[in-house]
Order: sequence, then structure tokens, then C-alpha cells
Amino acid sequence: MHQATSATVGEKPLLSLRNINMTFGGIKALKNVSFDVLPGEVHCLAGENGCGKSTLIKVITGVYRPADGAVIEYDGETYSHMSPVTAQDCGIQVIWQDLALFPEMSVAENIAFHEVVGRRPRLVDYGRIRRIAIDALARLGVTLDVELPLKEYAIAQRQIVAIARALVGEAKLVFMDEPTASLTQSETDHLLDIVRTLSASGVAVVFVSHRLAEVLEISNRITVLRDGALVGVYPAGGMTQSRITELMTGKTFDQHVRARPRDDHPVVLDVRGLTRPGQFENISLTVRRGETVGITGLLGAGRTELALALFGMLKPAAGSIRIEGREVRFGSNRDAIKAGVAYLSEDRLSLGLIQPQSIADNLVIASLRKILSGGLLSDDRKRGLVSRWIADLGVRIGRQADAISTLSGGNQQRVAIAKWLATDPKILILDCPTVGVDVGARAGIFDIVAKLAESGLAIILISDEVPEVYFNADRVLHMAQGRIVGSYDPRQTRLEEIEAAVYA
Amino acid sequence: MRSLIRTHATEFSLLAVIVAISTVLSFATANFFSLGNAFDLLNISAVNIIFAVGLLVVLIAGGIDISFAVAASVVQYCTAIALGWIGGGGWVSGLLIAGSLGILLGCVNAFLIHRFRIISIVATISTFNIYFGLLMFFTRGVSIYNLPDWLTDRVILFEHEMPDGTWIEITLPVLVMVICVVATWALITRTTIGRQLYAFGDNPEGARRFGINIGAMQFIAFGWLGLMAGIGGLIQAHYAQEVVPNALYGRELDVLAAVVLGGARLGGGKGSVLGCVLGVLLISITQNGLNLMGVSPFAFKMIVGAIILIAITLSNTRIERLLPFVGQKGGGR
Repeated sequence: MHQATSATVGEKPLLSLRNINMTFGGIKALKNVSFDVLPGEVHCLAGENGCGKSTLIKVITGVYRPADGAVIEYDGETYSHMSPVTAQDCGIQVIWQDLALFPEMSVAENIAFHEVVGRRPRLVDYGRIRRIAIDALARLGVTLDVELPLKEYAIAQRQIVAIARALVGEAKLVFMDEPTASLTQSETDHLLDIVRTLSASGVAVVFVSHRLAEVLEISNRITVLRDGALVGVYPAGGMTQSRITELMTGKTFDQHVRARPRDDHPVVLDVRGLTRPGQFENISLTVRRGETVGITGLLGAGRTELALALFGMLKPAAGSIRIEGREVRFGSNRDAIKAGVAYLSEDRLSLGLIQPQSIADNLVIASLRKILSGGLLSDDRKRGLVSRWIADLGVRIGRQADAISTLSGGNQQRVAIAKWLATDPKILILDCPTVGVDVGARAGIFDIVAKLAESGLAIILISDEVPEVYFNADRVLHMAQGRIVGSYDPRQTRLEEIEAAVYA
Repeated sequence: MRSLIRTHATEFSLLAVIVAISTVLSFATANFFSLGNAFDLLNISAVNIIFAVGLLVVLIAGGIDISFAVAASVVQYCTAIALGWIGGGGWVSGLLIAGSLGILLGCVNAFLIHRFRIISIVATISTFNIYFGLLMFFTRGVSIYNLPDWLTDRVILFEHEMPDGTWIEITLPVLVMVICVVATWALITRTTIGRQLYAFGDNPEGARRFGINIGAMQFIAFGWLGLMAGIGGLIQAHYAQEVVPNALYGRELDVLAAVVLGGARLGGGKGSVLGCVLGVLLISITQNGLNLMGVSPFAFKMIVGAIILIAITLSNTRIERLLPFVGQKGGGR
């Protein structure tokens, strides 16, 4: 999978950092870190959330000023710190995770936005903007209608627009912060191709990603940070995902197939011939008590739509859903919750949790009836319910009244799971529960899932990362184009076989 | 062509609604479908269109302004007094005084919003009350009828008698309106400042990262609306031939409705001058038609409200959603 890039060993670095220290309010965010990037290489910056990756990027791009003694060498010049302007002039570009794009404006204006920013107001040269945009897209081998407003395009294309914008500024070094977090597999492949194109044309790319598979696929070298300190720099060749995870977390995780036979358990969910034209066709599946059924497939295969139908948010056109033998028809998701279905949405940040509200309020939102006392909400009951789940799921929090946004991704996900568990569900649907969650915390979430299954919950685990369902589900269903096209038993199938089928 | 319709969906649907209403009205009334009436409509709408293009700029920049109509009243009053002091003046001095006062009042809003981080609707509701309170307090509600002759004389730039005996007239308010419309169009589509206003309204954080001067954006947007309010105020005094302190009170909501109808978004980053003008015209045409049909003026507001609802629903909703049984394809994700 490794393609040749223009980087060669022993070359003089384009960027070289030494003695980088950063302190925020007494906490050392970076401890004596050094970091090198060679011209035209793809370099991965790996580490858990809070390890100092973002801080390091902000030091390089001049947002933060490191403590005295820092040495930044870039392209033959030495600096004690960068400023955003010098970083721009040097050809250092960042593609932020939130992209910083303008959805209502045209693709062309988004790409060539620097043309309308500047010291002196002047007339806009739309012809020039258009040419710049088309050229930049052509360098990436992409054609888009540059006149259309950006909002007409999906997130994957917006990502490409953000990259094209970075290229316009004569970039020599591009930082990409979690560029694939919201992309499907084929979109990710396309993006990785673009990264290779960039690298081949001499642009160095520093790639930050939680998805270790693609890190290994794309990088020449990997720098690992832990708790603000450098762990080491490693060539990507010969690295494995589990080795990187170990380096990032300082712990060893041994992944093993958790699947156990559940054939003798009673069926909780029985779906037959469920169809919603254009989204899913003739879906039949059963989930037993204590069983975890994994559903994988590419984004757009109809997984989320199926989940939404099981949760009463989409109406199926045909087919039946039985829960513990009784046929159910959901008018809305309130009916589904009453019937014992819980659904943890894919987009935790915008749909699953209400970020500015407190941990406690988020946790009880789906089960307010349980904390009523004499018809009014009782603070005591709320506190009790919250304490119980916080303890059960091992959520690390300060106070219950703290905003949910103060928690890490992994802990937020635990609160989101707790929110649904508090409704006493029979069936729990987890839609991509590890998106935006650290490697270390992922294992913790799957431990919880296993514990829940053990306690008798029927679980549907949806993920586009095949290994997640392979190691954590009792059965793996493969969905493609709205149909279930394969069913696998992880104990009798190799991971590679399923991966080959899904990513084919 | 398809992408033109896609990017200008609001303008096209407004145009369609205007054509539909005009067709109905020209059959329902004898006088609607005449050039004379069309020019009357332009003359009547001129002041609202001037206000509307000003407000459009603020909406594009992600703000809102409730105070501009009473600010225009304040400008009218102060300008009338100032003209008395300087012994009459003329169109040039009148527009200069009114425009500068307008900018000043607009900048007060920008200052409150930028310096004290007050959200624009709260800041401008406050200044709305302050401006109107001060005006009524100091004038005691007394109108000014004693205006300079140049201001109250109708200025007809072009007139022509049609074969059917009606007159077509282009008056000064229409010329001023056209200049304001073209100037606003040039500002927001042809200059880098205009594009920065769009970007700022669309994604303030993104704009900040590009080093766009956020304070300047607020002052330009609210200053431009202030300028338009000042000019519109003077033109309204010219049109009405008097200055009545509460003449423009309540106009802000009519104009806001027309601008939103024209496709501007209350969240910022969206809106066009053409849509804005069509929005004002749609409401004027409806009122004019109802007038000609002899409908009670008390029913106007109700019918105009219904038209706004229908037009906004049409322009915001895809056809499939209006006809739930036809297209199931678009649902879900």
C-alpha cells in the first residue's frame, strides 16, 4: 500500500523544532518537544486528545508563542517563534477540523478567498477568482462547479475545497486536522489520493487522524506524543495499529474476538422484510437477549436509515418489527422509547448531547418521568439517578452541574450511553459510537458494551470500521445499497475476509 | 441556465408570484394593467426600497436593525430644523445633512453591538425606543409643515401622456431609489468589502481567522443602513410634503418582512438586491391591487401577511415536501 513519495532519508528538514515548551495556567502542555518535517513527506502526528497535538500545530502556525529557548528552523531561516503572518508567508497552511468555510458563498470564492481580503478595499475580480479556483482544483485532479454555493456540496467535497484553498497560498507545508473524521471509506480513499498527489508535487503534509489504518497507509513517518512529551519518531513501514496504540496510550491492548454463542437466548428484536424504497430493502434480522449484532458497510449503505426506522424516526413502507414477540408500529420515536428501543446517534456532538447544558441534565433528558416527584422534577431523584449511572459507566466528571462540553470525547460518549440506559431499554442501537473518541477510550466503551450485553440487553452496533464490529459483536451483518448482503460469525471468519467484502 | 435557477431560486419564485398576482389583478380590475399604474407603483415604493436595500446589508452581515425607521424620522426632523438654520439649503445640502445624520445614528448601533457585545436585536430595540422617545419628547408630537419649497415641490424627471390618457411619470424619489439600489448592488457584489460582509455573516469565526476586521464590518453595515435611512427619510418628507414625527413608526417591520421575503436570511450571509427589490414590489403590488379592487384597507394587513407566508413557504420548500405523496426519494439522509 505504501507509495513512493518524494521524501528521502537523510534529506535536510523543511521544518525543524527544538526545545518547544508551552505552559497554560501552570499545566505544561508541551514538554521539550522536538519535531521535524522533511520536504514533500507525509508525516503523521499521533496521540490521544489532550496530548499536545493541537498545541504543537498552533505553535508552528504562530497562534501560540512557545516559552523562551525554542528554536524553529524553517526553510533555512531560524525563528524563536512564528506569527500567523510569517507562517502564511512561509507557505504554512492549516486545514482546520471545522474547515472555516463559507457555505453560502460560491466554491470559487471559498477557494480564492484571500483575493477579497486585503489591506485596501477594491473591486472584486471574479474572472481571476474563478481561474484561481479552477487551477487549484485541477492540481487536486477534481472538477466541481465553482459557481455553485458551497452548501450544495457534501462534506467530502467541502474538505477538498478547504484543501484547494490551502494550495492557493503557495503551500509548502499543509497541516490537516482530522480530515477524514466525517468521510466515508471511498471519500477517504479519494482524499488520501489527493494527499499523495500533494506529496508528489513537493508539498509536505502533516496528518492528524484518529484512524490508525489510514495513518499507516498514508504516512512516511509517525511522530507520537503523549501527555505533552515526545514519545518518538517512527518510520511507518513495519508499524502496526496495535503498536501505535501502545505508544500513544502507554498501555497494551490485546484485541480479541469477543463473540460468544447466543443461539439459546430468547429473541428480543425480530425484523422481517423491512423496506423503505431507496433506503433499505427487505431487511430481516433478529437480535437475541444479551447478543450484540454488528452492522457494517460503507456510509450510504442504509445503516443509519435502518436504525432510524427501528427507532421510529423513519416510517418503513413494508415489513414488520416484533419486540419480544409483539408486533410494533412506531408513530414517532416516543413510541419506540416506550417500547424499549434506545438509539445513540452517530452525530453525538450536534444531535446526541446538548453541549452547553450540564452533565446531569443531559443524562436525564430521555427519562424525565423517572425523576418526577409529585408531578414535578425532583433534584434529589435526579442526583441519585445521575450518580448511579456515572458510577456504573465509570464516567470521570468534576461536578454533575458542569457543562457536558467540559468532558473529553470518550466521557461524553459514556454520558450519551448512560442517557439511554436510564430509559431502561431492551434494545440499544449504537450508531458509530467511537467517532471522535480516543483509541484508549474506545476500548473502555466496548468494555461497557460487553457488560451491557452480559446484563441482558440486545445490542445493535453500527460502524463503518469493520474491525470494531468484528472484535466486539457476536455476529456481523454486511449492508450494501440498502440490503444485507452478508452475515459472518467472527469466530469462524478472518477479519480480512470481511474487510475485503466490505471495501471491495 | 439550470444552475442560474438553482442559485437564484428565491428571485425566480418571487417573480413567478408577482406575475401570477399581476395576472389575476389585471383581470379583476380595470386599471391595474397600465403603464401609468406601474410607474405609480414605483413612485410609491421608492422609499421602502431605499430602506430595504440598507437593511439587506445589515442582514447579510448577520445583524438585524429595528431602529432604522424611527432613526429616519429623527433625521427628517433634525434635517428640517438644520435647513431652517442655514436658510433653506437645497437638494445637495439636504442629502448631505440627512445622509451624515443617518450614518451617525447607524454607527451608534454598530458601536453598541461591537464595543459592548450586545446582540443586534437587543441593541436596536433599545435605540428604537430611545430615538423615538427623544423625538416625541422634544417635538411634543408636533409636525413640521413649513418646509423649504425645493423640498416640497414635486420634481418630475420624465413625463409622457399615453394614448389612453394616463400619464407616466418618473419622479425624483425613483431616481434616488435607483441610485441607492445600484450603489448597494455594487457594494455587496463588486467590492471586496461586500464579499467580506457576506463572509462575516456566513461564518464569523472563519472570517476572523482570515484577519477580516470585525469592527469595521459592523460599522460599514450599520453605517450603510444609516445612510439609506437618512436618504430615505428625506425622500419620504419630500413625498409627503410634511414631517410628521411618527410617520415612519412601524415601517421597520414592513420593510423587514419584505427583505426576508426577498431571500435574505436572518442568520446572515445570504440575500440579494434583486430579491430585496422584488420583495418590496410584491407587497406594494398586492396593496395597490387590493386598493383598486375596493377592498377595505382593514383587510390589507391580513392579506399581506398571508401573501408573505405563502411566498416564503414556496421559496423555502422544495416541491416534493409540499406534495408529500408524490416524491419519497428526497427524504432521510
